[in-house]
Order: sequence, then C-alpha cells, then structure tokens
Amino acid sequence: MKIAGWGGTTRQDCRVTRPRSEAELAALVAEGGLIARGAGRAYGDAAQSALNTADMGGFNRMLSFDEATGQLVAEAGVRLSDVIAAFLPRGWFPAVTPGTKHVSIGGMVAADVHGKNHHKDGSFGAFVDWIDLMGPDGAVRRLTRGDNDEMFGWTLGGMGLTGVILRVAFRLRRVESGWIRQTTIAAPNLAAAMAAFEAHQDATYSVAWIDCLARGPQAGRSIVMLGEHAGASDLPADRRTAPFRTPARRKLTVPFNAPSFALNGLTVRAFNELYYRQGAKKAGDSLVDWDAYFYPLDAIHGWNRIYGRRGFVQFQCAIPLATAAEGLRNLLDAIGRAGQGSFLAVLKRFGPQEGRISFPMEGYTLALDFPLHGGTTALLERLDRITVAAGGRFYLAKDARMTPHTLRKADKRMAEFIAMREANGLTDAFSSTQSERLAL
Amino acid sequence: MTKGAVLILGGRSDMGLAIAHAFAAEGHPIQLAARGSAGLEADRADLALRHSVAVSLHDFDVLDTAGHEGFIDALPALPEVVVCAVGAMGDQAADEHDIPAAVTVMRTNFEGPAAILAAFANRFEARRSGTIVGISSVAGERGRATNYIYGSAKAGFTAFLSGLRNRLAGKGVHVVTVLPGFVATRMTAGMDLPAKLTAQPSEVGRAVLRAVKTRRNVIYVRPIWQVIMAVIRNIPEGVFKGMKI
Repeated sequence: MKIAGWGGTTRQDCRVTRPRSEAELAALVAEGGLIARGAGRAYGDAAQSALNTADMGGFNRMLSFDEATGQLVAEAGVRLSDVIAAFLPRGWFPAVTPGTKHVSIGGMVAADVHGKNHHKDGSFGAFVDWIDLMGPDGAVRRLTRGDNDEMFGWTLGGMGLTGVILRVAFRLRRVESGWIRQTTIAAPNLAAAMAAFEAHQDATYSVAWIDCLARGPQAGRSIVMLGEHAGASDLPADRRTAPFRTPARRKLTVPFNAPSFALNGLTVRAFNELYYRQGAKKAGDSLVDWDAYFYPLDAIHGWNRIYGRRGFVQFQCAIPLATAAEGLRNLLDAIGRAGQGSFLAVLKRFGPQEGRISFPMEGYTLALDFPLHGGTTALLERLDRITVAAGGRFYLAKDARMTPHTLRKADKRMAEFIAMREANGLTDAFSSTQSERLAL
Repeated sequence: MTKGAVLILGGRSDMGLAIAHAFAAEGHPIQLAARGSAGLEADRADLALRHSVAVSLHDFDVLDTAGHEGFIDALPALPEVVVCAVGAMGDQAADEHDIPAAVTVMRTNFEGPAAILAAFANRFEARRSGTIVGISSVAGERGRATNYIYGSAKAGFTAFLSGLRNRLAGKGVHVVTVLPGFVATRMTAGMDLPAKLTAQPSEVGRAVLRAVKTRRNVIYVRPIWQVIMAVIRNIPEGVFKGMKI
C-alpha cells in the first residue's frame, strides 16, 4: 500500500503488515529490513520501508500506572492523545509533549521528542524509565535507565533503528488543571526574541512564532509565548469546580489538497503581518486550555494538505548557544532573500541535553516548512550549509531530503551510531527508507 | 450512580474488545470471558486504565455447555448486559471434507452461543431486567457455496435470537441481533474486503452501545448492508443457485 510521512512528499508503495503478537512481530523481524511505524507523524520517510513496514497499531494498550510516581507503562502504539484523555481528568499530563498529540509513544521514544519545556526539563527521554526492545533475534530486552546499557541511549532518538520499541515506562507530571497561564511578549526583532528567552529561563514553557519573511530592522520579529500550568486557584470561580474540563474545540478539516498557488510569498507575508500585529495587540497574560496551547494545529484536521498535492518539507535545526545569534541571523537572511516563508516557523531555546543520539543541544532551534517546488531544494541546501557552518545539527523526525554527506558533517555522532548498528547486527535487520537514504 | 456490568463472551475477539471499550467509556464495569482468560491481562489493564472502571477476567468455553450454569454462578454479579461475540469462520473448502471440523464450526457459532444465552435468558427473565446482545452475521441471511457451514450456524443463531426476543418481550428483557457485515478484524485479516463495506471494530462497538441504549432489535453496522442483504435475499433460488458470489 502507498504510505508517506506527514509532509506528504515521500509517498511510496510499501508492504505494510499489522502484527498482533510478539511472535508475529519476531517473524517479521527475521525477514530483515524492518521499520516499525506508529502514527505516521514523522514528516519524511523515517517510518516507511518498502519491503517490511510493521504498523504498530496492534500494540496499543496501556498496561499499568503508578499513582505515587506518575509512571505509566504503555505499549508502543498507544497514542499520546489517548494518554491525555485517560489521565488529564485524574490530574496528570505528559511531562514532555511535541506539537501534536497524535503521535505514538514508540515514535516519541524513537525521535526523542522535545516540547516547549526543553530548556528546563530536557527531552521526552529524560522521563523514560525503561524500554522493552525487540532485537534482531526476536528476543525482547528491557533497557533500564542507569543500567549502563548503552542501547538505552541509542534507542532514544535512534529512529527505530536499534530494534522494535514494544513497551515504554515513562513518567507523567501532576497538574492542578487543564489550563495554561500564558504570557505573550512581542519581540520586534531577533535580538529581542533571544533576550526574551534568556530572561525567562525559569518559565516552564517557552516558544516563539517567528516571522521569517520580515527583513531589515524587523528581521526575526517574534511573538514569544511563555506558559505555566494554572493552579486551581488561578482559575475563574466558575471553572474551579471542574478544573480539568476545557471547552471542546471546533474541528476544522482541510477537505482536499489546496492548489499550489494558494500558498506563495505574498499570502504568507500577509498572514505573518497579521499574525504579528494580532500577537502584539494581545501581549500580556491570558488563560488558555491545554489543547489550544500545546496543539494549535491539531484543531485543523489534515492541515498538511494546505500545501497541496506535492506536499511540503520541514526544516529543523539546532544551533549551539555560542553561535546561535549569528547562525539564526544567517538562516533568516537566506530565507528572507528567497522570499519563501512559512506560516509555521517556530523558534525555541533548548536547554542541556543528555543521550547518545538525541537531536536537541543547548542553544536554539528553528523549525519551519516550505511547500515543495523548484526553488525549495536550493534554499534548503543553503540552510543546511549555514547550519553546519554554525556547528548545528538536524532533526531526523522532520527530514525527508538530506544527503548522507550533510548529516555526517553536521553530526559527528552518526559514525559511532553506524558502527554500533554494524557491531550489533542491526544494519540488515532494521532499516527505513530514511536510513537507506542517509546510509545509517 | 454505578452502572450495570457488561459481560463480553468472546472477550479476546476484536469486536468483543471494541464493544467492551464502548461500554467502559460510559462507565460500565466489564467482565471479559474467553478461553485462557489470563492471557487477556493486558487488555484488562488497558480497559481499566483508560476508563477507570472495574474489569474482571473469566474462563469460558462456549463448547463446554455442561459448564455454562457454573460459569454464570461464578461471576461476581449477574451482568446487566451480556454480549455474545463468540464465533469462528472455519475453512469452508477444507471443512466440506472434514465433517467433524464442520460440526465444530456449527457448534461454535450456533449451539454454544445459543446454550449460554438461553441460560442468561432464564436468569434475566427471573430478574425481569437485562439486555442480551448476539453478534450474528449477514452470512446467515442466505446460504452461499463459499461459506454455508458458518452461514447456516449463524442463520440458526439469528433465528434463536429472534425467538428469544419474541419470548422475552414484555418481560423486561431486551434482545439485540447484530449483523455486522464485513469488519476489519483478526478473523478477516488477509481477506480482500471492499473498504466502503468494511467497518472498523470501534464502529461495531459504538453501534452496539447505541443499539442497547435505544433498544433496537436488529442492527446492521453499516446501513448499506441492509440494502445489499435485501437484494441477496430476494434473488429467486433458480437464479441464485447458478451465481458465484
């Protein structure tokens, strides 16, 4: 069947099976070239393999929860949205969440996802206590944090290339309500945006929408959004009796692929202008429900289709703190010059990061998307070069088009990762279209 | 207010589990019954964690009709709703020449389910409340060369349910017959089913919940099946016997 990543540019005819038991899965692993697919929310070709894609939807059960520690044990195919639906009413929320709730727990481990609290709490992996991993021989091993088992570190962010993630024990955090106290700051340029991040390091959540098309003195203007979980006492009196009840959101659906002329430099520029003005006007404090705060795009079902049939590509890099200001300035300059902007450009301060192969590093991350057309590839390659020159690296969960050469130059850890795969007999057993493209 | 327990016979089946999730989401305690029920521990935990309801596991063998009364006695409480999702497709071509296997298919789809629901019917009648849900099949609407062993047993089961409904009407006990049509389950995995006619197990779950709440008698999960089966039932036998469907 034809499958693709969320960006829609990697459509490929793949053999997709849906194993129902560990025995069925082990038989598939024995065939080689397997990649596990969760919710299909990686943007590129990370969760597809022409001959052997295993849909993990059959492993979708929650197995245990410890009220004392907040530790949830769940099978890899469980969706984060299901975790929130089950546990937010009881006062628990994911300790780290990416920008969509429609991801699988296995995918969250494989990409070692980060959220708006990375500067403070690190990535999802920081809250993972153990992982059950099926190896190339079909045997299941429990990898426990602190056990000195190097495979634990390689699996966090290892893109499913260390084995099949079967079960994960991870911790949720206590919350008093389903609401977020949001503080909005309008930053007129890049320096002001970075200063806002640095000044608010103690905020639990921080993220900025950045206007990639603004030039000159306005280059990098941003709306910085800080957030804190609201306590019960922060809520208006009429909400205090049911602090976890938030209004159901109206769901919009993008019913078909938009024609490619719908999105161009002009419409994006107009949108960005409006968005910045609106944001600046709303600067200050407000109360936002969890769904609108963490998952604004989830309300638009199939938003990826707004980019038309050819789909879109994401670009996300992380740049170390020392070179972040210059690196970001160069990236924004290249994007502004090309006049190709994006509705969804995001800037975020990363904190320290542990792990063998996880994407984040202390510094800044910039994420944006481009509809795929003729000029896109050249621009992306320019952005790649700027990132590498600034000592930065790339997020494989977003990648659909990088070359092995760029990846190796940006990320010295990849050579070690490849050697580890070879030494453990993983190279032939587990592979994706992405891992083949990147020669991992 | 605590809601009545829902017993799922055939608790390992995709449809049975989906029905359990639909009722658990409404706050009903769940009893899952199947052979080797200890193997359903992960499903028990999942139901309990997602929906914050009590879920218990019970060993049950539909073919062990002599043990049925004892099985009911051993339940923590007589359920409010019993759903029979037991069934086995068999292998039509092979079973045509393996008559003992054909008999097992007939017993699994008709004799066993009818026997256990008969026992529940008597207890519900005495209590003057309860709902009995039988998952039958459109295959029971007319015998076809490709699956008449399974279909004939389902035809018997459908007739049994209709009779039970007739008997218990006015006695506080309601009987729902479910004719799911194609459903994407383990039983149909690998079969090439048309997408528009094929329901997901979760659709069956929601449809059964709705049918129980609104006291429907006979439901098809996807309405298109009502039309399809009306056509198939009305083809004259002289024509039908020469068809390959």
